[in-house]
Amino acid sequence: MEHHNPSEVTFHHEPGGKEVVSKIIRTTVILSVITLIELALGFGIYFLNQTPDPSSALILFMKGVIVILSLLKAFYIVGVFMHLGDEIRNLIMTIVVPLLLFVWFIAAFLWDGDSWKTLRNTQGLSKPATGEVAKPAAPKAHGEGH
Amino acid sequence: MATAPAAQMETKWWSGGKSPFNVEYGKLMMWYFLMSDAFTFGAFLISYGTIRFSQNYWPDPNQVFNAFPFAGHANLPLAFVSLMTFILIVSSVTMVLAVHAGHHNDRKGVVKWMVWTIIGGLAFLGCQAWEWTHLITGDHAVLVNGNIEHIGTTVSRNPWGAPVAGLMHDGHPVSTTGPVAFGGYFFGITGFHGFHVFSGVIINIIMLIMAMNGTFDRRGHYLMIEKAGLYWHFVDLVWVFVFLCFYLI
Repeated sequence: MEHHNPSEVTFHHEPGGKEVVSKIIRTTVILSVITLIELALGFGIYFLNQTPDPSSALILFMKGVIVILSLLKAFYIVGVFMHLGDEIRNLIMTIVVPLLLFVWFIAAFLWDGDSWKTLRNTQGLSKPATGEVAKPAAPKAHGEGH
Repeated sequence: MATAPAAQMETKWWSGGKSPFNVEYGKLMMWYFLMSDAFTFGAFLISYGTIRFSQNYWPDPNQVFNAFPFAGHANLPLAFVSLMTFILIVSSVTMVLAVHAGHHNDRKGVVKWMVWTIIGGLAFLGCQAWEWTHLITGDHAVLVNGNIEHIGTTVSRNPWGAPVAGLMHDGHPVSTTGPVAFGGYFFGITGFHGFHVFSGVIINIIMLIMAMNGTFDRRGHYLMIEKAGLYWHFVDLVWVFVFLCFYLI
C-alpha cells in the first residue's frame, strides 16, 4: 500500500465514539433476546413432547421459527459485529452471493436423506423391509447404518 | 462508510490507484477464508441433516443433553448449552469492543477486552470438555442382542435409542441402541468447532502479546485485531448453527 495515496484508501470505516458502543450494546441485547426466545421455543417443544399426543405440525412450525431466528442472529453477527454491513456493496456481494449455494445444498441433501429413509423402509419400493414390518420389535432395526 | 454517501458514489473504485474494496489485503482474504470455512461447516451440518432425515429414529436432544455440572442427575434440558451459548455471545461482544478500541489506537482498551475475550474462549472450551466427558463416561442401560449393557456415547456406540417398553434395570428405563451416526456427528462437528475456538484463543493470545508489546502502536494501526476479530466472530456464528442443529431442533 506504500505507493498509494493514503487519502484515496482509508481503512477506517467506523465513525467512532459513543454511537458505535451503543450500537454494539443494542445488538448484544437483540442477540440475547433472540436466544432467550429460541430457548423458550426449545422448552415448548420439550414439554409438547411430554404430552401423550403431541401435534407434529405445531412442533415443525416451532422448529421453523427457531431456524428463522437463528438466521436473524447470523445476520446481526455478520452485519454488525463483523462490520460487513459497513463495507462496500461489491465486497458484500462477493461474500454473500456464493453463500446462496447453500439454498440448493440444503434442499438437495435433506431431500436425499428423506428419499433414503423411504428406500430403507421399503427396500427400494419393491417390498416391505423385514426389519421394519415383519419384526417391529427387533431392536437392531434402529441401530443399523452409519 | 463513515464518509458521506454522495462522496462514495462519485468515487470510481475500479479506476486504479486505490483498493477497490476499500479494505486491506489481509482482511479481504480473511473474509474469503471464512466464506470457505462456512462451506466446510455447512457441508458437515448438511451431511448430519441428511443422515438424520434418513433415519426412522433419532435421539431427542433434550433427553441427551440434560445434565449440568454439580447438579447430579437433575433433569435440566438446554440449561448447560444455554450457558455455553451466552459465554460465546459475551466473548464476541468483548471482541467487538477490543476492535473498537483498536480503531482509536487505545492500547489499554484493546488489552483489557482481549483478556476478557480469551477468558470467554477458555470458559467455553472448559464447558465443552465437561460435556464431552459427561457424554463419553455417562453409562446407560441398553439392550444389546438380548443382554443389558452399560454404554456411554462414543463415535461407535449410542445408548440413546427408543425405550424398550416395560423393561427397567436398577430403577432406570432400558432403551435400545440408537443410530451410531449420532455420536460421530456430534463429536465430529462440535470437535471441529471446538478446534476453531481453540485456535481462535491461540490467535487472540498472540494478538494480546503483540498489543502489550506495542507492536500495533509502532505500526500505527490495529488492523490485526480486526482480522482476529473476524475469525472470532465466525466461531460464534458457527456456534449459532451448531446450537440450532444439535440442541434445539
